[in-house]
Amino acid sequence: MAQATETSRDKIDILHFVKANIRDYALLISLLIIMAYFQYSTHGTLFMPVNMTNIILQNSYIVIMALGMLLIIVAGHIDLSVGSVSGFIGAVAAVFMVQWKMDTALSVIICLALGAVIGALQGYFVAFYRIPAFIVTLAGMLVFKGLALTVLGGASVGPFPKEFQLLSSGYVPDVTTFQLFGQPFNVLAMAIGVVVTALIIRANFKERSNQLQHSMAEEPNMIFFGRNILIAIGFLGFTYLMARYRGLPNVLIVMFALIVLFTFITTRTTFGRRIYALGGNEKAAKLSGINTERLILLTFTIMGALAGLAGLIFAARLNVATPKAGLGFELDVIAACFIGGAATTGGVGKVVGAVIGAFLMGVMNNGMSIMGIGIDLQQVIKGVVLMLAVFLDVYYKQKQG
Amino acid sequence: MQPILEMRDITKTFPGVKALTNVNLTVMPAEIHAVVGENGAGKSTLMKVLSGVYPDGTFTGKIMFEGKEQKFSTIGDSEDVGIIIIHQELALVPLLSIAENIFLGHETAKAGVINWYEAFARTKELLAKVGLKESPDTLITNIGTGKQQLVEIAKALNKKVKLLILDEPTSSLNEKDSDALLELLMGFRSQGISSILISHKLNEVTKVADRITVIRDGSTIDTMDCSDGTVDEDRIIRAMVGRELSDRYPPRHAKIGDPILEVKDWSVYHTHHAERHTIKGVNLTVKAGEVVGIAGLMGAGRTEFAMSLFGRSWGQKITGSVKLHGKDVDVSTIPRAVDAGLAYVTEDRKTYGLVLIDHIKHNITLANLEDVSKKGVIDDIRELQVANGYRRDLAIRSSSVFQKTGNLSGGNQQKVVLSKWLFSGPDVLILDEPTRGIDVGAKYEIYGIINKLAEAGKGVIVISSEMPELLGMSDRIYVMNEGRFVAEMPVAEASQEAIMRAIMRS
Repeated sequence: MAQATETSRDKIDILHFVKANIRDYALLISLLIIMAYFQYSTHGTLFMPVNMTNIILQNSYIVIMALGMLLIIVAGHIDLSVGSVSGFIGAVAAVFMVQWKMDTALSVIICLALGAVIGALQGYFVAFYRIPAFIVTLAGMLVFKGLALTVLGGASVGPFPKEFQLLSSGYVPDVTTFQLFGQPFNVLAMAIGVVVTALIIRANFKERSNQLQHSMAEEPNMIFFGRNILIAIGFLGFTYLMARYRGLPNVLIVMFALIVLFTFITTRTTFGRRIYALGGNEKAAKLSGINTERLILLTFTIMGALAGLAGLIFAARLNVATPKAGLGFELDVIAACFIGGAATTGGVGKVVGAVIGAFLMGVMNNGMSIMGIGIDLQQVIKGVVLMLAVFLDVYYKQKQG
Repeated sequence: MQPILEMRDITKTFPGVKALTNVNLTVMPAEIHAVVGENGAGKSTLMKVLSGVYPDGTFTGKIMFEGKEQKFSTIGDSEDVGIIIIHQELALVPLLSIAENIFLGHETAKAGVINWYEAFARTKELLAKVGLKESPDTLITNIGTGKQQLVEIAKALNKKVKLLILDEPTSSLNEKDSDALLELLMGFRSQGISSILISHKLNEVTKVADRITVIRDGSTIDTMDCSDGTVDEDRIIRAMVGRELSDRYPPRHAKIGDPILEVKDWSVYHTHHAERHTIKGVNLTVKAGEVVGIAGLMGAGRTEFAMSLFGRSWGQKITGSVKLHGKDVDVSTIPRAVDAGLAYVTEDRKTYGLVLIDHIKHNITLANLEDVSKKGVIDDIRELQVANGYRRDLAIRSSSVFQKTGNLSGGNQQKVVLSKWLFSGPDVLILDEPTRGIDVGAKYEIYGIINKLAEAGKGVIVISSEMPELLGMSDRIYVMNEGRFVAEMPVAEASQEAIMRAIMRS
């Protein structure tokens, strides 16, 4: 009897918890459903090692920019210039490396710094003159689109030096010549995958035991274990697919490191906490002694640097800088954040949400292209998905509030 | 003669608070009827009941207007019968013209096309009636507050007003504009239009009102007839503040020590209007273990003074010196003021105090993240311990420290804001209306916290519009009026009458 009531209470807890966190689960479940659907409708192409690798390469720069955009959106602002800035930085890189034959490493460093300066400049107007970010970055969007054209003289400039191309097209080399099913299998990649998975699971359990110790664990046991099993399957399955193609792309390493870094920044640091407070209630944050102006300036600076990095990755991938590079990226980046659960009013949003949001869009792009759906219809579908995601967000908030 | 308005046994409760208890108000035709009472006595609530802001059914009691029972469910319903309310905060659109504002929502239009000739002609007539010599196409933003009041009244006249309600109409007007407004009311009286005048300025009230109703703690205390010659300011003040101080305040044991905070010649100009001298050379001292009250009416400049002191978060062209523990300190930005040892608990906790979408724990540590972090990385466990500690010590009633502050009651929200500032480790706390909108039980707890702070040797400044609270909590009281400290009294010599007199006679 006691046993029975215990279980039913557990069930209520689980239901309650899922309800309270419905947004996070809905996002993950949507991604899984979409992947399953495309896996079926592309007759298994989606999960082929080469295609998985492609999805990573195609979306890395969107994911990287989404990290910075998430900070900006959480702070209650927006950056429309990231596409143009990334295009401009790619163009500058081409001028440095191809036309001026500058050292690759030096060029990369200067380009990243230039991106940061551009971000800081825009952030300066937003933070200290309180000009809406929408206006400042709309202006920036036009300015840097134009400057990219100017720098390139209206033509495409390339190809880039070999070592620069490695940024996008390189892979972490394998240490063995092991073969699986008669095909090369990247053991190092798989090993890294296993280690990373183990580290993540270990970190989760450590956090969990800390929470239990201080009785702040809100997540029911079943959900916690289930979540970790899913994470393990996801990561191991993913690295397995990567290993069966050419291993881990360099850009994946960069992207993953940044995701970890930004997750840490948003969840564990005072800087991150203050950004959430700023977006949640700017006046209260200010009156709590938080230097909100400097905070805004910093988020825009970070965004600029990330846009620069994304521009370099994109240029390296195409192996040429074109005046059209970066066109419309800002829309994908912003959409990724909002699909990922960031609130338009600021103060709410998670890094992992933005990343999943970006991949959700990426998988849809990829899947629809394989299915041969025209670019026209793709746009329509992506638009509907964005609208639906934000609508559900608002709908559940109204229901709860 | 039949009254134009009769409100009978009006009772209105909010969750946990009884705002009005069996209030009666009768207004005769062609009468100026003043309603007076302390801040929070229930005057505004009563007017909101009358004007349909609180629809029929959300309160009990009867409203009779011109002999008929009325059930208003919107403001539009009350306007339709001729009851027009003019709020303290004017409801005009600054960047539209006078004519556009007067006809907003009632445009002189056919099929949606506005007839501007008619609008202008009628605006001119209305402006003439209120004695305003402005062109109908002047933008609202280009005329002063006094004239804006008149535009509001012209707007009311356009709606065929029978009973005009003015909520603190002269609080932001200078003397000349106030007089003009009061004369206008007397003019309306001779045309048969009744007015309800809500005002703190008793000299004005006694000058123009035919009858005066005093409201205290949500009940009608007295309705006085000014024609029988027995009404003077003292009688009104006695009725307004009449309650006795009982043991609604916890016992106090703090020992008063040396001065902690000394502010000299503090002078501030208005944030938006550089020519308005808001705080005029204020001097203030707070000693260790002392609770200093600042009394004053709304608009006296108390909040402005406190915020300008706290990192210049209000005002401009700020001059004056601040000493903490006898040493000059820099309080020119909020972080510097916090570092120097000041804390300011805002009167508006929802707008300025809390991140409502975030939970208790994050709100408590927000002003002092340094103490729960190392090199910018937050120590989750330490943060949790801190938050749990305050939740326990201040008895913040909540499911856990992970409850969103937006879902807490007013008293518990205030405790979270207090926790935040206690954790910042201040020497002097400025508490601005610390018990506004809080029920009696939570008030008592907040008083207990204030006393504990004083006992710990901190200096506390309490700004409050509730005079009993100031008298019950303070060691010393400054009285502020129109940007100046007009009186300073030890609590032993202070009384509500003495404070009121200091304000009225300044």
